[in-house]
Amino acid sequence: MADIPDGHMGEGFFATKLSEVVGLARKNSIWPLPFATSCCGIEFMATAAAHYDLGRFGSERMAFTPRQCDLMMVMGTISKKMAPVVKQVYLQMAEPRWVMAVGACASSGGIFDTYSVLQGIDQVVPVDVYVPGCPPRPEAILDGLMKVQELVGQESLRRRNSDHYKALLESYGIQ
Amino acid sequence: MSLTNEQIQLKLQEKFGEQVSNFSEPFGMLTFEAPKEQNLKVLQFLFDDETLKFRFLTDLQAVHYPNDKGRELAVVYHLHNLVDNVRIRFKVFTDINTPDVFTATQLYSSANWMERETYDFFGVNFVGHPNLKRILNVDEMDYFPMRKEFPLEDQSRIDKDDEMFGRGGSI
Amino acid sequence: MSDVQNILLPEGSIEKKTITLNVGPTHPATHGVFQNIMEMDGERVMSAESTVGYIHRAFEKLAERRPLYQITPITDRLNYCSSPINNIGWHLTCEKLLGIQTPKRVDYLRVILMELARIADHLICNSIVGVDTGAFSGFVYLMEYRELIYEIYEEICGSRLTTNIGRIGGFERNFTPTAWEKLEKFLKEYPKALKEFENLFTRNRIFIDRTVGCGPISAERALNYGFTGPNLRAAGVDYDVRVHSPYSSYEDFDFIVPVGTTGDTYDRYLVRNVEMWQSLSIIEQAYQKIQNIKGADAEVYHANVPEYYLPEKKDVYTSMEALIWHFKIIMGEIEMPKGEVYHSVEGANGELGYFFISDGGRTPYRLHFRRPCFIYYQAYEELIKGSMLSDAIVVMSSLNLIAGELDA
Repeated sequence: MADIPDGHMGEGFFATKLSEVVGLARKNSIWPLPFATSCCGIEFMATAAAHYDLGRFGSERMAFTPRQCDLMMVMGTISKKMAPVVKQVYLQMAEPRWVMAVGACASSGGIFDTYSVLQGIDQVVPVDVYVPGCPPRPEAILDGLMKVQELVGQESLRRRNSDHYKALLESYGIQ
Repeated sequence: MSLTNEQIQLKLQEKFGEQVSNFSEPFGMLTFEAPKEQNLKVLQFLFDDETLKFRFLTDLQAVHYPNDKGRELAVVYHLHNLVDNVRIRFKVFTDINTPDVFTATQLYSSANWMERETYDFFGVNFVGHPNLKRILNVDEMDYFPMRKEFPLEDQSRIDKDDEMFGRGGSI
Repeated sequence: MSDVQNILLPEGSIEKKTITLNVGPTHPATHGVFQNIMEMDGERVMSAESTVGYIHRAFEKLAERRPLYQITPITDRLNYCSSPINNIGWHLTCEKLLGIQTPKRVDYLRVILMELARIADHLICNSIVGVDTGAFSGFVYLMEYRELIYEIYEEICGSRLTTNIGRIGGFERNFTPTAWEKLEKFLKEYPKALKEFENLFTRNRIFIDRTVGCGPISAERALNYGFTGPNLRAAGVDYDVRVHSPYSSYEDFDFIVPVGTTGDTYDRYLVRNVEMWQSLSIIEQAYQKIQNIKGADAEVYHANVPEYYLPEKKDVYTSMEALIWHFKIIMGEIEMPKGEVYHSVEGANGELGYFFISDGGRTPYRLHFRRPCFIYYQAYEELIKGSMLSDAIVVMSSLNLIAGELDA
């Protein structure tokens, strides 16, 4: 059961901030897009399976299409050939959207400091949470998801239209 | 009757004479070389001959020896006789300025992508290949990365401080 | 939207009667990053062109920079569903070059790990074939047993998926009693689960209708395409590296090599299923053999080659010789013979080969991985010609394509 946000309770009514209620609803129903490329994808499959269940956090439906998901989890090495594809998928997502970089390769290139590997997906898309590990344990992925839940629950309703966010997207070349 | 390395060597020498050379047996696998114009003839002979029967191409790749002038790129074929369980290694050397080698795709369909990978990494031009394009690297790449003169890391990075890695910094 | 570089529309495509469909690198059904640009006549695939390389990580160039022990983590990431096989294969290649003989107990321990890894890989492949034909429950049910295998790996080497297991000449530590208990638990519980999984799929009318006749290949074409492993055995050729050129004492074990007839998806599923049962029997035989080793040999877990075997940390901190060998191995001042060696092991997908050229230096001069997935994926276009799109997806998952191995 989720915690009741702070507010004023009376007989038959409960007054609180809109952002709290919206945040509460959003954070307990994040639909992820598993962008699994390599070994971290197998650990994601283990996270989604019955032992370390991802569904109990509200991520029951793995929306494989970017149009219907909230969180893009990039799991695995992204090479330079794949980078435009990551950007295209990110552009197709609707606001509000979050990105989680799972694993060392997605966060920073990992052990592959080579000519063909993109050294971290934050060179092409803005990232919210990084989960280190090679591969990270399922508990670590769940911890990353819980951090995303914190971010989602506390986000202000005006953030996506703010100048700060627009400047962030401009720096990635995204309009 | 099992096939021994001596028998294979004798058969090759009686068919090709002086053109097959440099026979050696590192770790039990017979290794020999032939000039690059003859590579298809040798492969076809190994395929058709009823005692040799090397009908499975295990592997095809190249090695770069920058110090052997005139013989810098070696294309190495690993063949396998599944019936008698014998493997051999066959090398073809070519110059780096004219790296043309005949393709083996008519004989073995598995050579198709293996030759594309060899072209992608070393620049060996397989004459007669149906679709010789880059396969693993990005299409716009203009150099052949596995050659010894090219470095491993991406040289266009600006965020890595080499001083932290003991290589003299620039930032 | 700006540059759409991944889809190449051919000339005059508006007048064509076929549609160009891009089953692109990110797709829920392609397990791994593979792109196929298919020419479709309605729902039927006329031709397909595959592009790979979306996860090219330059392993071969990376290996030229690293001494032998640092290459083991790279080999992990080849076929990451069964990493112990890759690691042990690499150590066997080094042992072949260096001329090291491992004692029997080490061989049997390695066999147990490799067969566990093979079960883990086939388990994923068969359950994903189930998922692609619509049956999700088999996958969820069997992944639980993959967790048991992960626990065994964790007990032995500390890591779940990318194991980096073993040393040249053996293992870094002896298997603890907890590891043996976990292995016994696995051997007791897994057969029941596998039997139930078989009951769900093997004689299931819907599964048979979906998979029989789906992507068949004849034995001659399969051999010409360089197929190895379960895909080749499903086509009718009984080539198994463990039987043809036994390594790590596989000749002491008694197992059958299953062979199919038509090489279609159903045969591939059945071959992998029987191989899982055979792997269970091999593990039980190895466990028996290890328990029968008595005396001083029962504590052996590595060959006696101090020049190449990285010593255990507790010895490094207490004994002088171990400290010196540790220093020499890490700094690379050991004798590396010159030569070239090719060694192959039976990976879960086929013959995984390592071609290692050493010039006497600290790092390999050239290391090439003969990756089975890369070689048999070329046949995909021929396999799906004329079939429906949903069949094409099932064929791709039944071939057990692992992206890390394909692109290396």
